[in-house]
Amino acid sequence: MTTTTEPPAPEAEPRTSSHRLGDSVFSGLATAAGLTIMLALAGVAIFLLIEGAPAITATGESVYGEDNIVVYVWPLLYGTILAAILAMIFAAPLAIGIALAISHYAPRRVATYLGYAIDLLAAVPSVVYGLWGRVVLAPLVLPLYVWLGDHMSWLPFFQPPVTHGRTILTAGLVLAVMALPIITAICREVFLQTPRMHEEAALALGATRWEMIRMTVFPYARSGVISAMMLGLGRALGETMAVAMVLSAGGFVTINLIGTDQPSTIAANIALNFGNASGSKINTLIFSGLVLFVVSFAVNFAGRWIAARGEVKS
Amino acid sequence: MSDTLQKTEQRPSVPLRTPQLPRIAPLLVAVIALAVGGLVTVVAGSGLVALSVVAWLVFVIGLSVWALAVEGRRKATDRLITSLVWSTFVIAMVPLVAVTWEVISKGHAALSADFFTNDMVGVLGETNRLTGDPGGIKHALVGTLMITATATLISVPVGVMAAIYLVEYGKKNRLSRVLTFLVDVMTGIPSIVAGLFAFSLLTLMFGPAYRSGFGGSLALSVLMMPIVVRATEEMLKLVPDELREASYALGVPKWRTIVKVVLPTAFGGIATGVTLAIARVAGETAPLLIIAGSTTVTNWNVFSDRMMTLPVFIYSSVTQGGKYAAIQEERAWGAALVLVVIVMTLNLIARLLGKIFSPKTGR
Repeated sequence: MTTTTEPPAPEAEPRTSSHRLGDSVFSGLATAAGLTIMLALAGVAIFLLIEGAPAITATGESVYGEDNIVVYVWPLLYGTILAAILAMIFAAPLAIGIALAISHYAPRRVATYLGYAIDLLAAVPSVVYGLWGRVVLAPLVLPLYVWLGDHMSWLPFFQPPVTHGRTILTAGLVLAVMALPIITAICREVFLQTPRMHEEAALALGATRWEMIRMTVFPYARSGVISAMMLGLGRALGETMAVAMVLSAGGFVTINLIGTDQPSTIAANIALNFGNASGSKINTLIFSGLVLFVVSFAVNFAGRWIAARGEVKS
Repeated sequence: MSDTLQKTEQRPSVPLRTPQLPRIAPLLVAVIALAVGGLVTVVAGSGLVALSVVAWLVFVIGLSVWALAVEGRRKATDRLITSLVWSTFVIAMVPLVAVTWEVISKGHAALSADFFTNDMVGVLGETNRLTGDPGGIKHALVGTLMITATATLISVPVGVMAAIYLVEYGKKNRLSRVLTFLVDVMTGIPSIVAGLFAFSLLTLMFGPAYRSGFGGSLALSVLMMPIVVRATEEMLKLVPDELREASYALGVPKWRTIVKVVLPTAFGGIATGVTLAIARVAGETAPLLIIAGSTTVTNWNVFSDRMMTLPVFIYSSVTQGGKYAAIQEERAWGAALVLVVIVMTLNLIARLLGKIFSPKTGR
């Protein structure tokens, strides 16, 4: 597809002026559309900065009674990252397994439909996951948490008292389900790009299927898998509704995953408080949104960068 | 000479075939595992979850140990991994099935003709105090429809034109490379940040109390544009250059070539991508919560006043609590069922469009 023949240069052909006018208008429109998208992204950063800036110097009531903005945002950022990391701990091994099942284990005809099934997982709206997590999943896992609190309390993650199931661990589980499709989709793509010859050479030398995957697929796919993880992490960081509905948010900084006092996340905190906020409190919430934007932008940027670098090498 | 010959003859004969488990071995172990799981469930009196966990453990361990005894370590590892890989897939299906099941079983009770034709004006608890009509989701349906349609109207032209720029005009120059990268990064923008962007922009222009459906559309467009650009770009790249060259050879200018030849060829794929993008944003909640607000009246005007949407309706119904929490939760499940049906239908339409118009390039 690289043998593109350039269209004849305008000056080389005796065209009527309306032709050239149409061409320049159309290419102008296309360029403008491209610039619009870049402007939109820049606009997101700029307007958040304008509206969030007043919060930097705010104290007292406008940062919800905290000393300054850092004290207010830090616990939320902690909760955001904790929830996202929990989600990745659940989702990453699952996603690699599913991607392998689709790319290297399932018969080709079945594989397409298995892929559809995983895509359906991404189609369910986040608010529905939130509803499910809050009403169904949280009561369901409560007995498990009680057991963990009774028997595993030598680990700092499982400290009693356990009074409800709406904890950061449940939120992490729901986030894992939501991040799963994107990680799976990218891993699947990368696994399928392994050169067929490498795989067949490994099999011809007598390797079992797993040995073949370990020797040819994994080394080839490493950067792709890492970038998939980063993008999944980005998704989990920014997810709002599922956390806002599932988590009984408290804004505590704790590594106790099942206790009564739970952290909150930036996105959930904005969703929960925005309706009641006014004046300078809105600036504070927008500033926390800016922090979330910067963090998730950095994670996505890193993910895409790793992916792009991997592509160049291969 | 004869010495070496004798040595080779003395070597113990290596069997050409290694012992293997029978083909039905996994099936056999699965049946035994299910039986053991069932037995444990009956004896201990626990539920379906315990059965599947016990059966799964027996299956994975049983098959691996059997393979270890008969086939050796390497084959056993292979069988273990195969079971684990398929287990991950089954585990991932559990939430999908569970969510679908819960939404249908809890949501169908709320559905009725009134549910679709009434809004929530004056509704406290079961019915409207004045008219006696039961509450419904008309206002949320209208809002979702209007806001999503407006977002589509904004983002599809911009997205498609940007993709045309990338494929037809950009030709890997600096701007188009930066744009491709930024579009990729943009797909990862948290939806709530898009909502905050629309809020900041519009309140700076129209004052701090401004809320409207249009703001929601603007936020959704930010989320939708990158998806449309990616889908269109992929499809335009699939259009064979021969078609373009044939058109140029007939003296057709470039812009008419794009409009009359390239876009129609790629139409199916673009339609699929746009439909998937609509499905993706139709379920978005966070940005609408911030800029479109929540209300009980049916509002057909996207440019003024608050607008309810299905996702926000679900969220606010569940989180309200109080005296009428039970009936509100039932309505939330009903709305969730409607929303899931809408989104799944859009996905199905996208797949069908993709099938019908699948590119006939034959490479």
